[in-house]
Amino acid sequence: MPRTNFRSPSVLPGFWPAFSYTVLYLSLIVLIPLSAVFLRSAASGWGHVWKTISAPNVVASYRLSFGASLVAGLVSVVVGFLVAWVLVRYRFPGKALADALVDLPFALPTAVAGIALTSLYTESGWVGRYLAPLGIRVAFTRLGVVVALTFIGLPFVVRSVQPVLGDADRELEEAARSLGATRRQIFWRVIFPIVRPALLTGFALAFARALGEYGSVIFISGNLPMKTEIAPLLIVGKLEQYDYAGATAIASVMLIASFLLLLGVNALQRRTRRFMEAE
Amino acid sequence: MKRSLPMLAALLAGSVLNAAGPIRLLNVSYDPTRELYQEIDAAFARQWKAKTGADVEISQSHGGSGKQARSVIDGLPADVVTLALAYDIDSIAERAHLLPANWQSRLPFNSTPYTSTIVFLVRKGNPKHIQDWDDLVKPGVAVITPNPKTSGGARWSYLAAWGQALKKNHGDDRKAEDFVARLYRNVPVLDSGARGATTTFAQRGIGDVLLTWENEAFLALDELGKDKFEAVTPAVSILAEPPVAVVDKVAARHGATEAAKAYLEFLYTGEGQEIGAKHYYRPRSAQAIAKYPNRFPKVQFFTIDELFGGWRKAQQRHFEDGGVFDRIYAAH
Repeated sequence: MPRTNFRSPSVLPGFWPAFSYTVLYLSLIVLIPLSAVFLRSAASGWGHVWKTISAPNVVASYRLSFGASLVAGLVSVVVGFLVAWVLVRYRFPGKALADALVDLPFALPTAVAGIALTSLYTESGWVGRYLAPLGIRVAFTRLGVVVALTFIGLPFVVRSVQPVLGDADRELEEAARSLGATRRQIFWRVIFPIVRPALLTGFALAFARALGEYGSVIFISGNLPMKTEIAPLLIVGKLEQYDYAGATAIASVMLIASFLLLLGVNALQRRTRRFMEAE
Repeated sequence: MKRSLPMLAALLAGSVLNAAGPIRLLNVSYDPTRELYQEIDAAFARQWKAKTGADVEISQSHGGSGKQARSVIDGLPADVVTLALAYDIDSIAERAHLLPANWQSRLPFNSTPYTSTIVFLVRKGNPKHIQDWDDLVKPGVAVITPNPKTSGGARWSYLAAWGQALKKNHGDDRKAEDFVARLYRNVPVLDSGARGATTTFAQRGIGDVLLTWENEAFLALDELGKDKFEAVTPAVSILAEPPVAVVDKVAARHGATEAAKAYLEFLYTGEGQEIGAKHYYRPRSAQAIAKYPNRFPKVQFFTIDELFGGWRKAQQRHFEDGGVFDRIYAAH
């Protein structure tokens, strides 16, 4: 696909208004609030910032937030791909219903999701009571956090992969088969490269969403310091203790870390795209 | 929803301020006082109308005590604050200078018209035989209490547990810390406010015992059924004093200083005290207590000033970042 270079004319007129609007919009809606976060935390001095973000319970919460979001993102990628595959490639009764169900986590207030998941997974809950004898405890553990984040993240992957899979040329798969490729080869060398950018996008979205998720997690996590406190909860906690600078310091670290991670995912995506264009 | 409530109240209060008509007061309070102030508001409005001939309309805002104080600091136009602990009103005085630092000496009894204490709510029949504090640290007992860093009630609970251990062990601080650490090891979930913890315990069926305000425990019995829960009052507990104050600058801006003052003074009158007792707040007046003879079991009380040297010190030592509460969790 040919790209329009900066200043070179494109088919549609109006590059400058569109470009200026983009810059203005990004500044107003994204950059200015974010810089306020940094300024506020910097105002308290680096000593306070460092003391806040290096406190053991804060470090533990970063580990949980990033770790659980990563796991939830990966689970969403695998399960989300499966769901998208089923929805695109098969016809079955109730398919429209299943398709609509996928979006439900988008629409549901997250607190509702949290409360529902918690009552399902406590030791007396519908699901929890069968897991308890196996020694698996979900509610009020880190596993519970992952469950909630996976629930939230699934639609991002499904909705990114679904259209790509729908557009994929099935003749490629047939050609591969006629040339003697095994099923495994067809998946890894034909289908997977096509959906890889979409999977990456879905992963990035699910991961980013999971990092910031608050409503559903605080119900199922139990919020025990050092164990199941997520970073957003600590931010809220700091605010309630009048420690605005501390809250923004924790937020800044999350912002920087997630920005770097998303930058990395985008770079990876660009590389795969270039790689595919080259082929 | 919870968060939007103070905002909504602020909007309501703000938009109608300058309109002629009744005086409007906004009472910013903590979590479990909804029912109490609903009745107080109606009774005060009647009394104010009879006395001055003018109408007064009172709106309420509820939430975790710390969060409510923060909203007031951030500009929620509260004419009066009725919070869970003096430290939160101190913060408003200190950070936003909306009322003088000596606010607590302006009304009788340290500006606390009612007191309360921390009791245990257990499941019907008391299957885990929880009678006193020591039963809470036994293995296999799950205790529900909110996070003391964010909940005022939970701070009282924490200090109640600490104080009784201190008394039992003749002032041995290390033993008190050990007791509290063991107690929190039995806590499977820390909600951020008192109502959240009540919901966790009562509606989601988690835990064997809920540490909570006396009034919250009895309200839960009334609302959720005496056939499901029982309240257990420990022999020794803390005298919790949730204070009230007029927010001078805000009330003056609204021209409501007089009504705001009268509103808080009403809490100390016979009628105000009786409404308090009816809602399981321990009234200061002996007559009001006499009207409900079996309502308030005898408890051997200690105060925060006696054992902890006041709120400021208690807050700094126990609940600030890096304080004892953090240490308890960092240790295991």
